[in-house]
Amino acid sequence: MAGMARESQRQRAGGMTAATVQRPSARQRAVSERTRRGLGRRRAVNAAMLGLLALAAVIAVLPLIFILTYLLVRGAGSLDLNFFTHMPEPVGEAGGGMANAIAGTMIIIVIAAAFGLPIGVGAGIYLAEHRGTWLANTVRFLSDVLNGLPSIVMGIFAWQFLVRPVGHFSALSGGVALGVMMIPMIARTTEEMVRVVPVSLREAALALGYARWRTGLTIVLRTASAGIVTGALVALARVAGETAPLLFTAFGNQFWSTSITQPIAALPLQIFSYAISPYDDWHRLAWAGALVLIALILVISIVARVATRARFNTGSGD
Amino acid sequence: MSESSLVPTLEVVENGEPTVFRIHGRHVGDGIYQGAITFFAVCIPLLVALIAVEIAIAGWPTFRHFGLSFLTSSDWDPVKKRFGAAPAIYGTLVSSAIALLLATPLALGVSVFLSEFAPHWLRQPVGFLVDLLAAIPSVVYGLWGIFVLLPLLRDPVMPFLRDTLGLGNTPFFSGPAYGPSMLAAGIILAIMVLPYIASVSREVLLAVPRAQREAAMALGATRWEAIWRAVLPYAKSGIIGGVILGLGRALGETMAVTMLIGNRQEISASLFAPGYTMASLIANEFSEASSDAHLSALMAVGFTLFVITIVVNAIARWLVWRVSRSASGQAA
Repeated sequence: MAGMARESQRQRAGGMTAATVQRPSARQRAVSERTRRGLGRRRAVNAAMLGLLALAAVIAVLPLIFILTYLLVRGAGSLDLNFFTHMPEPVGEAGGGMANAIAGTMIIIVIAAAFGLPIGVGAGIYLAEHRGTWLANTVRFLSDVLNGLPSIVMGIFAWQFLVRPVGHFSALSGGVALGVMMIPMIARTTEEMVRVVPVSLREAALALGYARWRTGLTIVLRTASAGIVTGALVALARVAGETAPLLFTAFGNQFWSTSITQPIAALPLQIFSYAISPYDDWHRLAWAGALVLIALILVISIVARVATRARFNTGSGD
Repeated sequence: MSESSLVPTLEVVENGEPTVFRIHGRHVGDGIYQGAITFFAVCIPLLVALIAVEIAIAGWPTFRHFGLSFLTSSDWDPVKKRFGAAPAIYGTLVSSAIALLLATPLALGVSVFLSEFAPHWLRQPVGFLVDLLAAIPSVVYGLWGIFVLLPLLRDPVMPFLRDTLGLGNTPFFSGPAYGPSMLAAGIILAIMVLPYIASVSREVLLAVPRAQREAAMALGATRWEAIWRAVLPYAKSGIIGGVILGLGRALGETMAVTMLIGNRQEISASLFAPGYTMASLIANEFSEASSDAHLSALMAVGFTLFVITIVVNAIARWLVWRVSRSASGQAA
């Protein structure tokens, strides 16, 4: 490039007399013509690709809009107060609801959090504090493996481990199955959140004579807590809609039950069995259930977002 | 909190060496704290091992009895206690392949558009919308699939592909258009894995050094040429990692597929024909499995799925890790 610049400078300097002006040869003119035409083509390709990419973005967003619109239209049309307060009715009787399924989902989620939260947070702290050791690397890798495990596999594991020995389905086994799925997600966010706590904070606490455990719990964990809560809520939102792990664990229940040792109803299970049923009434209830489930997940996610914002963006105006 | 732990009690210890300050010894709490977090960390490998062992033991009788023919035979008859999982394995692979074929160009398009071309005000909202696809539960996709996607496929789409485009002459698009089919499962899976591929690709593209683009454009490349020649090759293995991660999701996806694939134990070349996947086979038959042999066969299917997804995920992680390592290596 520098060479080319010098070349043109010399040409300009030498171009005082007409005799020294170098006329472009036929070959050079052909090349430059080709380049110009090539440039036009290249620009056209550029524009075409830009159009295709934008089209891809539009197509990628379409299914979401399509699905949400249908949910709103079909779901809101069949949603009423009975849905939240009544029990499922037999086929043909109008006005059934999913009160038991909503309560069941809440109970299962609480069990899942109670099981997944301590292990996930503890493991996350370990991963952040012992970076680079072989145990930490192993744990991180297997945590990824756990995260990628199909949910149906989690279901048959929970059945084999918690249902088969006892002899009957239970809310507890469903909660544990979902709790195991939460562990890797919580561990990952906890690790990231603990890692961004400034070292100076930790050192200040240690310098003041805080024991390591006390620094860990009251300084580091507390500073990271907003982020960890967010991560936990996101994980909760992810597992709240899971169906496959509950098929053979929580199993579903047509009646009101809050016992954690008995089969329990859950929104996703109820949606599934109503969706594949041949009855129009039940289809309407399935849509209503799906809308409620999505709303539940959305509320949890929004709370999570607000929690992050309150913690990290104070004063930034974003 | 006791007084002593707050106030540092510095003691001077003389060992004949230079003076050493020690802060009132090691706290008992430290041991408990370290022990607790180590315990929780070790829980994860233990859980993975427990899952593997439990399912492997439950599936072992089937593997021992049928050997390799369990994976290659298509004879699945719980009454006669003959189990061959080939149709389910075939269905899992084919439906996932359709999903990747449809989702990869779209996901790549979105992420390139968002990371390179889109105006800044558009990036966050569109990215958020695509990510939102991952938040929709599988069973809701299934519900939508049954009542919206299947009728759509049955009426305009499948006859259009078969008759109007004349693809019916090929074995892949022939046969009656019922709706529930390999194609339906593939399409719903494509929508479901799209956010995973898109988010990994976007991260990988953002990790490509600016200099890579700037150098290409300084040499006179158009923006597309810069992306095609300089950015995408750099991000290639990371993007492949994202696609394989999506594959991992697609292989194990259960509910939506169970509701749309038609659940029939048959290997058919036509994408219009119903099929089965490993996950949907388990979901459908597990609660009705009465004999120990049937349960064990389903557990064996679960174990096969478990192994396949672990291998696929490990490859994906390795590829993504390679890119992020080389990116941070360049920055340093």
